[in-house]
Amino acid sequence: MMEMLRLYVSYPFVRYALIVGVLIALCSSLLGVTLVLKRFSFIGDGLSHVAFGAIAIASVLNVSNEMMLVLPVTVACAILLLKTGQNAKSQGDAAIAMLSVGALALGYLLLNIFSASANLTGDVCSTLFGSTSILTLTQGEVWLCAVLSVMVIAIFLLFYNRIFAVTFDENFAKATGLHADAYNLMIAVITAVIIVLAMNLVGSLLISALVIFPALSAMRVFKNFKAVTLCAAVLSVCCALLGLLVSILAGTPVGSTIVAVDIAAFALFAVLGFVLKRMQR
Amino acid sequence: MALLTCENLSLGYDGSAVLSHLCFSVCAGDYLCIVGENGSGKSTLMKTILRLQPPLHGRIVTGDGLRANEIGYLPQQTVVQRDFPASVREIVLSGCLNRCGSRPFFNREEKKLAQENMEQMGIAALAGHCYRDLSGGQQQRVLLARALCATRKLLLLDEPVAGLDPKAAADMYAQIWRLNREQGITIMMISHDMAAALRYASHILHVGEPLFFGTKAAYLNSEAGKLYTAGTEEASL
Ligand SMILES: Nc1ncnc2c1ncn2[C@@H]1O[C@H](COP(=O)(O)OP(=O)(O)O)[C@@H](O)[C@H]1O
Ligand SMILES: [Mg+2]
Repeated sequence: MMEMLRLYVSYPFVRYALIVGVLIALCSSLLGVTLVLKRFSFIGDGLSHVAFGAIAIASVLNVSNEMMLVLPVTVACAILLLKTGQNAKSQGDAAIAMLSVGALALGYLLLNIFSASANLTGDVCSTLFGSTSILTLTQGEVWLCAVLSVMVIAIFLLFYNRIFAVTFDENFAKATGLHADAYNLMIAVITAVIIVLAMNLVGSLLISALVIFPALSAMRVFKNFKAVTLCAAVLSVCCALLGLLVSILAGTPVGSTIVAVDIAAFALFAVLGFVLKRMQR
Repeated sequence: MALLTCENLSLGYDGSAVLSHLCFSVCAGDYLCIVGENGSGKSTLMKTILRLQPPLHGRIVTGDGLRANEIGYLPQQTVVQRDFPASVREIVLSGCLNRCGSRPFFNREEKKLAQENMEQMGIAALAGHCYRDLSGGQQQRVLLARALCATRKLLLLDEPVAGLDPKAAADMYAQIWRLNREQGITIMMISHDMAAALRYASHILHVGEPLFFGTKAAYLNSEAGKLYTAGTEEASL
């Protein structure tokens, strides 16, 4: 098996997949803690469907680099959703459901009507579940992914303390002179970027899993923000790496394999958290 | 120039006023106690002053170059999610954030300040504990320590002793008194503890009917004061 692995890793596209996979997993888990705690995870879910719709449009329009279209559309929707969510009078969650289901339906419809592809079902399936896309990334896409993820990680590190403050108590942050609205906007934009990135890895239906599972697992065991963030990051990277290797060796779909590993890790941490709690008594 | 002036201020929610025609000003070094019945709009007034919600009418003028990042705040209720993973130290330290400017991380002085405030509130031993595992009174002290970290000129406290045991409450009052006397920090405190209000405050704002704003001595002789302080010691002196 090691022989096979060595053989695979000697291919550049497998190496790209591993690098990009690890970076994307790292980004999504870093922000996952904040998204879960701020109850923004539903925005992430809605955005992933928007991204699917955008991809459909991009492929119908025959845009050469899909991300160039998908990224701005998703970022715009993230800002829109944030604004509607903050407005107490409008029904924020209904708006999100509407937008996400609408994007999904129209995206599929567009593909069906206009796509010239011979294997439409296969294309749609791989956009939704990310079956093989990570292994077919072009070098340009790999670079874009890498640059964006490094940017997300850098921003997260630089604004770590502010993100904590805004997540923990937005009113206090605002009252004491922090530009909480600006940081909320930043978080929404970064979320959109991460979702577009993660689409390459696990497909649009499974993105939420990548964002939510590591954070929830870490929260079972650790009880301060820094430890939870670190643990979620390490866990997410390990799960992504393991999932990628398994999928390469066993030929299983990349996205669902990674998510399966994430679920297993969650179960493990849930048990661990339970045992630790018992031991404290 | 006063630190803070409210000119014909009306406040409330969704266009309906809770309090209206409020005029008062707070000068640097004042110790203002805001008293009044439950639901009379005291917390709403504080939120409006902090610009967490817009005034319905009138305006709030800040003077003496007071900036938002020089204000400390203890909210009446902090809705923290049940399972939020945050240690006491992380929360107290987050109060220092408004001193950072554009610096991304805390420096040594800020960490020291957080440590000192934790010691003063008697929660230094809990520094590594998870906030959600603390008792209500302990949580209140954590938020107080955080408010102290954020304070440089003005400290707004919304029922700070609610939920504290008598010793903790006395410590708290002493601490706030020291800040006011020694560092000249202006205090605005909402309180139902009339005895303490009359002991420490320099000015009293009584919201509700009848509205009153003035010095403590004037309050004791006013109609509102006579009604409200009946039975407390100072009033009968
Ligand atoms: N978020 C809110 N939306 C609408 N009305 C509110 C809200 N919060 C408080 N109120 C109303 O405003 C009034 C004043 O509340 P509050 O300022 O909290 O009173 P106090 O702090 O003096 O006890 C109350 O009648 C309350 O019902
Ligand atoms: Mg109140």
